[in-house]
Amino acid sequence: MKTAPGASGLIMNEPLLWEKGKKGRKGMSIPAADVPLATPEAALAGAGPDFPDLSEIDVIRHYTRLSQWNFGVDTGLYPLGSCTMKYNPKTNEKQAATPAIAAAHPMLDDEYVQGTLRIMYELQQYLINITGMAAATLQPSAGAQGELTGMLIFDAYHKSKGSKRNKILIPDTAHGTNPASAALCGYKPVPVASNAEGMLDVETVKALMDEETAGIMVTNPNTLGLFEENIRAVAEIVHAKGGLVYGDGANMNAIMGIVDLSKCGVDVMHLNLHKTFSTPHGGGGPGAGPVCVVEKLARFLPIPHVKKDGDTYRLDWDNPDSIGRVHGYHGNYGVLVKAYSYILSMGAANLKKASQLAVLNANYIKERLKGALHLPYDRPCMHECVFSDEKQHELKVATLDIAKRLIDYGYHPPTVYFPLVVHGAIMIEPTETECKEDIDQFIDTILLILQEAKENPQLLYDAPVMAKRKRLDETLAARKPCLCG
Amino acid sequence: MRYLPHTEEEIAEMLATVGSDSLEGLFDTIPADCRMTGEIELPPAMTEWQLDDHMAGISAQMKVTTCHKVMVGAGIYHHFVPESIRTLASRSEFLTAYTPYQPEMAQGTLQGIFEYQTLTARLLGMDVANASIYDGGAALAEALLMGLRINKKRKKIGVSKGIHPHHRQVVRTYLQATEFEIVELPIGADGRTDLGELADHGELAAVAIQSPNFLGVIEDLTQAGVAIHETGAIFITSFTEPLAYGLVKNPGECGADIVCGEGQSLGLSRSFGGPGLGMFACKDAFTRNMPGRLVGETVDRDGRRGFVLTLSTREQHIRREKATSNICSNQGICAMMAGMYMASLGGTGLRELAQLNFSKAEYMKAELKKAGAEIVFDSPTFNEFLVRFPKDFETTRKKLFDEGIVAGLKVGKYYPQLKDCYLFCTTETVTKADIDKVVQEVSR
Repeated sequence: MKTAPGASGLIMNEPLLWEKGKKGRKGMSIPAADVPLATPEAALAGAGPDFPDLSEIDVIRHYTRLSQWNFGVDTGLYPLGSCTMKYNPKTNEKQAATPAIAAAHPMLDDEYVQGTLRIMYELQQYLINITGMAAATLQPSAGAQGELTGMLIFDAYHKSKGSKRNKILIPDTAHGTNPASAALCGYKPVPVASNAEGMLDVETVKALMDEETAGIMVTNPNTLGLFEENIRAVAEIVHAKGGLVYGDGANMNAIMGIVDLSKCGVDVMHLNLHKTFSTPHGGGGPGAGPVCVVEKLARFLPIPHVKKDGDTYRLDWDNPDSIGRVHGYHGNYGVLVKAYSYILSMGAANLKKASQLAVLNANYIKERLKGALHLPYDRPCMHECVFSDEKQHELKVATLDIAKRLIDYGYHPPTVYFPLVVHGAIMIEPTETECKEDIDQFIDTILLILQEAKENPQLLYDAPVMAKRKRLDETLAARKPCLCG
Repeated sequence: MRYLPHTEEEIAEMLATVGSDSLEGLFDTIPADCRMTGEIELPPAMTEWQLDDHMAGISAQMKVTTCHKVMVGAGIYHHFVPESIRTLASRSEFLTAYTPYQPEMAQGTLQGIFEYQTLTARLLGMDVANASIYDGGAALAEALLMGLRINKKRKKIGVSKGIHPHHRQVVRTYLQATEFEIVELPIGADGRTDLGELADHGELAAVAIQSPNFLGVIEDLTQAGVAIHETGAIFITSFTEPLAYGLVKNPGECGADIVCGEGQSLGLSRSFGGPGLGMFACKDAFTRNMPGRLVGETVDRDGRRGFVLTLSTREQHIRREKATSNICSNQGICAMMAGMYMASLGGTGLRELAQLNFSKAEYMKAELKKAGAEIVFDSPTFNEFLVRFPKDFETTRKKLFDEGIVAGLKVGKYYPQLKDCYLFCTTETVTKADIDKVVQEVSR
């Protein structure tokens, strides 16, 4: 086995911002006043905030040191299942920073901003073609806001039919955002248990679906990394009772060019551009969660919506059926440009290839590790595979210990303890941008850690020891919250 | 394709391990009637250099370029952003990290967000700020929902018409499928929210006021707070120009319970309106009702200071439908950038920059008045203000555009009674010479 990437280097200490600096320093240039200085009336005037004063190099060193305590996909393998940490191409960043685009003001008349509108129009079209749906909005800021947009469209659709429904079916393999998004529309989530194969069961759905239920939210491929093979039959049952099918497209990266979501019976779906379309996650965001719909629901999409008349792009505000706005302007626009740049760089054949290789990598890991880790659903998977720590129970080693030990070897741990249907879940999603050698090395490292678990489990309990900090006390953080310095 | 590293040989080896005869074979579980027939319809793949040319072509379709002086704010502001921030924010350890679920290898993001939360709380005069919400519109909607949770017996909320019209639209969208009612509060002749009829609306759970408001006017938040609290409602203030609090009283000093707004002004580019930054803060008492992620301080096994995501029992991944919000992500890197910007300005710099913004607007107001224009509201403003011109301004505006100045925003679309008025914005990026050019054209 080759040497794993984990190593300890010289990592600097760095205090909090306000533990540094001296009053009167400045970290950026401020233009001299070329007009007479004025002050507001005394009753409104404030003293200004108590911020530390720092020089430019103070700020640079501070954040450079902080960055060295972080791990990104540019640093190494980040097999965080369900989060899709594929490589984030650098040209995408450059395109989003194109000066005229980065400086575009969102409140100007359409004629001044044809370029930025064109990107929106074309990206909408590409997303429609990739999913097989009929219309799209780019406004939602993240997947969860896409779900909310979708649920509001459900509600608007039912209202247009003269009914207000109050329940929604949500499989137990769904993301936690699904029930929370549905709750904002007054829908009571009805959990749908998955079957022994980890999939939606037609009979279960049939028993639960009724005319008070707005529809179903399905993540496909689901959070076990499995394609919901009964999706069409499920959709037929839901449609027969007047309901709609929501597709959580978080895992679209597995099926580009392979599946047509409209043929699956999906009526509304969101995409996570920061997953499937390679835009960076930024340590938590911004994401982008465009929503695609079938033809009959296009009239409910948020306004304004970009249209093209001849060679001219315009924002269409005139749609009385629209659910309204979900963002102050046009969504996380810079993120949209990055996804646009990715799609143009890839083209159709490479998008399909990306899905194929993502699925190949996940299945390869599944096959190579299934002897050492328990595999609760031994079926061909899509982009991710889910193991558990069942085989390690007798060694008194848990998923968390394995995860923390991976850090010492220079890997970001997989997603742990999710999905909830698998006790002690270890959810691995390598993505297509990892090559075989790196995946082999990762697999060998996990096997090595499982060997350590047998021979010297203390190594796992103590891990990590190579990171900036050892295990952090999350209980203390929640019991005595210190949220502000 | 340079993003896909597999060689044909590796693919063959891996397929053999998996036990599939082809890449297509990996998808055998997908029913035939769910499949896409043919290839996705997309333009042919571009090389990096073709993409550069393509984007240059799109850039050329923009009539407003970086050479223009855009005297329009309306929620998105042009401020100078130092190169140091762009350089730091593009460090891929920050940019290409996920949500800090493994805190031991994400201390950079976590300390950075903890610092952002702290500086935000200090700027707004509040006890606690979260790790950010999507944007100003979503932040306002979440603040009002929070007010409804706190005051749970009440079913109505009040929203000032001085709040950014797009943010009010987002609120309407968020609440449309609920039983809650929205009451819009009018703007008086002084450009400030008229709370005279507040009591007539019955029991409001929360009332939101933006300051400086959409029309640029600094609201009398102290007085508004007293009136709102008298009715038992939660007092929410919002903003789109947080720089103002370098010079004017912060919302906390004026008695606000929840403060939210758009933070694009703090070091982010305009970027056609996004990604922005939904800033969100509240008083201590309401922390557990707050939506969104929070970073908290703790210690590691050796007792050393460290940071983690905390109080997640409020959040959707634990509480599911009973969560304080469905929000999952925050604006991560944008919040980091705002932290960097606030750190770069410092307390001294923030005050100086705020005063400069205020002074530019005061100068322009005075000069326009001399040139015969009417400054619609007498009330104090920060860096935006509403102007009515004695004669048709459109021709002059077109002429100014050709000279490289976007002179104000027509507000009639949002406020029909102000259809002949223009909202101007003057930040530090606008020079006296730019202002004089506009004034000169108006005087002609």
